[in-house]
Formats: sequence, structure tokens, C-alpha cells
Amino acid sequence: MVALPFARSMPGDRSARAAMLFWVLLAALGLTALLSVGTGASGVSVPQVLGDLWAGQPISTRDRVVLLDIRLPRLAMGVLIGAALAVSGAVMQGLFRNPLADPGIVGVGAGAGLGAVFAIVLGGLLPASVAAVAGNHLVSLAAFLGGWASTLLLYRVATRRGQTSVATMLLAGIALGALAGAVTGILVYLADDRQLRDLTFWGMGSLAGASWAKLLTAAPLILPALALAPLLARGLNGLALGEAAAGHIGLPVQRIKLLAILAVAAATGASVAVAGGIGFIGIVVPHLLRLASGPDHRWLLPNAALLGAILLVLADIIARLVVAPAELPIGIVTATLGAPVFLWILLRRRGMMDL
Amino acid sequence: MLTATTLTVTLSHTTILHGVNFTARPGALTAIVGPNGSGKTTLLRAVTGEIPSTGPVTLNGHDIRRAKAWELAAIRAVLPQATPLAFPFTVVEVVRLGLASGIDAARHGIAAQALARCGLQGYEGRLYQELSGGQQQRVQLARVLAQVWQPVAQGHPRWLFLDEPVSSLDIGHQLLVMQIARDFADAGGGVVAVMHDLNLTAMFADSVALIAEGRVLGQGTPAAVLTDGLLTQAYRCRVRVNTPPAAGTWLLPHAASLAAE
Repeated sequence: MVALPFARSMPGDRSARAAMLFWVLLAALGLTALLSVGTGASGVSVPQVLGDLWAGQPISTRDRVVLLDIRLPRLAMGVLIGAALAVSGAVMQGLFRNPLADPGIVGVGAGAGLGAVFAIVLGGLLPASVAAVAGNHLVSLAAFLGGWASTLLLYRVATRRGQTSVATMLLAGIALGALAGAVTGILVYLADDRQLRDLTFWGMGSLAGASWAKLLTAAPLILPALALAPLLARGLNGLALGEAAAGHIGLPVQRIKLLAILAVAAATGASVAVAGGIGFIGIVVPHLLRLASGPDHRWLLPNAALLGAILLVLADIIARLVVAPAELPIGIVTATLGAPVFLWILLRRRGMMDL
Repeated sequence: MLTATTLTVTLSHTTILHGVNFTARPGALTAIVGPNGSGKTTLLRAVTGEIPSTGPVTLNGHDIRRAKAWELAAIRAVLPQATPLAFPFTVVEVVRLGLASGIDAARHGIAAQALARCGLQGYEGRLYQELSGGQQQRVQLARVLAQVWQPVAQGHPRWLFLDEPVSSLDIGHQLLVMQIARDFADAGGGVVAVMHDLNLTAMFADSVALIAEGRVLGQGTPAAVLTDGLLTQAYRCRVRVNTPPAAGTWLLPHAASLAAE
């Protein structure tokens, strides 16, 4: 993690800059977290609560509930999901060798969503024993499976002889998204009143329903995906040369692809299951980081986790403040900020890519 | 030693190589020549294990189909025809992709030396995507050289497999790249190169395999294989080989003289 001094001496080596960025982002995440915990409709003041604690005075029940049961889980969920979205975007772009690949854009988010809706509407048909084992995790697991199937399908369709076609990937993503949307529509049509209510809450796509219990259903999928990312870094760097060349430099290409697809599916599936569709974090964050310190995945992935967490927590603060005391769905905030950036990336790359 | 016996490659129901025998020895530059679509690149990709094939292929005694990717990577490096990159890597970052993880200072040194060898000193910090096709090809050669920087390691030869290494280069850089390959072979390593330019092949190669329509018409010294008869048969145009006393060999296709089918 610490930059070695001689790394600076070689031109073109950006690892020292990337390492510095890591610490800057870590500090920024700390500040963002304080801001998030201190912001909210109820007017609880964090400095005052901390001061009271320091002075040995008990905290009021209301303050404790607001901080520990509402704001902290919300912050934790923002951090976890922001990191998951950004890392799954970066991993997917590395896997597809394509800076425009993003789970939300190429239909993987829709596939995960279909999985979640499947679980909500048809979960009742499962044998009681299975349902008891899966419990609260059923929706997350189904979203993971949906995300996995759609990533795998997309990779099969868009990749030929180890090279990925941009046009095929985007078009296949559109088809996949439409198909998932159609099946989701059929399931919603079949749903009864109680399921419709569940679907509505789920589909709002926000961190508003954050709770420790909800966090527990997402974390077992997101944390392993994040832990997998550093193991993938060198493989994704090699894959940038193409599958054949990656094999020639000694990388286990098939295993890397398998792990990358699993990581994308787990991170996307879990975040879609607990927070609905939140777009553009996965495409904007890696792009900005590549501009700042290059595409080396050994730094790109950890830095993406941090910047993704920062941006999502900030977006959540904005979502809470703009129409306070009501809230905007966070997906609206990220799309408003992210879609123009996506267009900007397209414009910049138009000359360089065969689009 | 690289040995391929009765090598057959069939891709999507089309047989591209028909039971080909091919050998290359360390310390020599072995060229594969032949017309477009004759199976040159397919032969290279088959003996590097990139595409499925039948018939035994061994490299330094290892069965290439049973060796692990990292085992092969330690003894041979492969230069593809062209390598577009989707992400803005700098030149030095690309070269270091070819280096197994190790001590950073040593890796920096090898990357810098490999770039200098390919005439790219001062390009370390440039973005790969912004270079010309010929410069990109030399960056890739530097990456491949860095991977097998010592032509002989622990008593065993290492190998360079080059697919048309000079196809997008000017003549000055063509000579530079061929000389790099020559030096690697002279230092004890093995080089196998798919070539289009018969003159460069005659100048630099120790052994030439001439391929046409998925079959080897002959393999041997340039003088034995690059003959009027064999070349005319392979390329279906009249070729005359000139051998002036002092300056080696050169060949030119006879202008506007397509052989009557």
C-alpha cells in the first residue's frame, strides 16, 4: 500500500500517485461519513451528543435511536453499496476490456432485479424448509443468481475469440435488459396485493429503508466480492492485452473470468436486492480514477471502492436535503449527476473507438 | 527444442493445417513464410498453445498442452500481430504487464532496458493509445522481450514467438527488430517468427519453413527453401532469387507476372 521511493523516479509509473490518492480518498470518506451522520431531518447534533458522552451524561433515547438505528446503518449501507457498485463497474470494464461496460447499462442490473422480483413474487411457492434456510437472504440470493446468469450470457454473446465487441455488448445489453424487464412485468402482473406492496418498497431504490437487518442480508455477498477484487487485479491488467496475450504472460484466464463474473454478480445482485437500481456510480467512478492515476487495477479497485462509497453517501445526503423533510430516491440523484458524465465519456472516446 | 509432429488444426469444420511437421532449435531464428491464408499464423498459434490442435507439440521437452500457463510463460513469450488496448496505460505500464511479480527495482530496470533496446527511450510516460501503430508494435515487442529478458535461464533456452513483427514498421525499424531477434538467438534463445518479407527472412533467418495451403512445402536453410521453384509454387507468381557474390540474398517478385493457373 505504501509507495516505494524509487517508484517516483520512473516516468510513466503512476503507482505513487495512485497510492497518495488512496490515502486522500480514505480521509475524504471519513469526513463524508461524519457529514452523513450529522445530517438529517431530526436535528440531532453529533458534536453535542459526543460532548455529552465525554461529560459522562447519558444520551437521550431519541438521540440514540436516531444515530444508532437510523443514521449509522444508513451510512454503512451507503458505504457498502457505493463500494460494491463502483468495484463491480471497474471489474466488469476490466473483464470486457471496455470502459463503457457497467452492470446498470448492459442489463446485469435488470437481470439481478428480475431475480429479486422472482423471489418476492414466487418465493412463497418454495418448500418451507428451503424458505426457512434462505430466510431474509432469499431476495439477495435470487438477485445474485439473476446477475450471474445475465453477466455470463452477456459475456458469451459479446465475446468472440477472446475479443469483446463494443457494439455487440451494448446491443446485447439492451436486449437482455428488455427481456428481463418483460419477465419482471409478467411477474408484477401475477403478484398479489401484499407482494405488490413489497415490490413497491423494493423498487423505490433508495437507502431509506436501511437497517442493520437489511445490511446483514447484503454484506455476506458484497464483502466477499470486495475481498475478491484485489486477487483479480493482476488478472484484469493482463486481460487488457486480450485473452490470448493474457494467457501467454502466464495468467489463468478462465479462472479470472469466472471469478470476475462471480464478483460482479454478487456485488450487483446484493446492491440491487437491498437498494434497487442505482445507476452510473459503476461507470463514472472508474473513469475518473483512470484519468487521475491510470488503469492499473491494483490501485483502481481499492480506490474505486473508496470513491464509490464517498459519492453514494454524498448522493444520499443530497437526496435527503433537497426536498426535506421528504426524500428523493437516490437513483434520481446519481442519474442526474452521472448521465451527463457518461455522455461526456462517450464524446471524448468517440474518435478513439469503433462505436 | 520446439517440435511439432503431424500437427493438424481444424477450426469451425475447416482444416487449416494438414499434419504439418515443424521444428525450431534454440540458438536459431526460424522463419515461417507463405502466402496470405496459408496457415502461418495458425501454425504459430498452435505451437504456442493458443488454439486447439492435434499431434504432439513439445517445447524444451514440455508437452505444451499439459503445461500450466505460468510454466509456459516462464520459458516463452508471444508477440501478437496487433494489440489494441482499451484503457489508457502508459508505455512503461504496458511493458511491465509482461513481467511476473517480483522485486520492483529489478522490474523497473528490465522494463527500461527493454524499451531502450526497442528504440523507445524517452517514451516511458507516453500513453500507449496515442502512439502510432508501428510504435505500439515496438512497445509490445519490449513487453515480450522483458518477459524472457535472459535468452537462457538456468541452462534452458527461452523462446520468442513473433507474429509478423515488422509488418507495420519502416525499414530502419524493420532492421532494428530483426537484429533484436537475431541477437536473442545468438545469445542462445530460440526465435520463431512469422514473416512476410522474404528479403528480411533471407538476411536474418537460419531456418525457413515454407507453407502453402496448410502444408509445409519445405523446411531448411534459406538457400535450400527460398528457391525459384518452391517460391513460385507457393506464391503462384514467378519469383527469381538473386545471389550476388558479396551481399547475401535478395528476391523480387517478377513484375506483373502472375503464373497462369
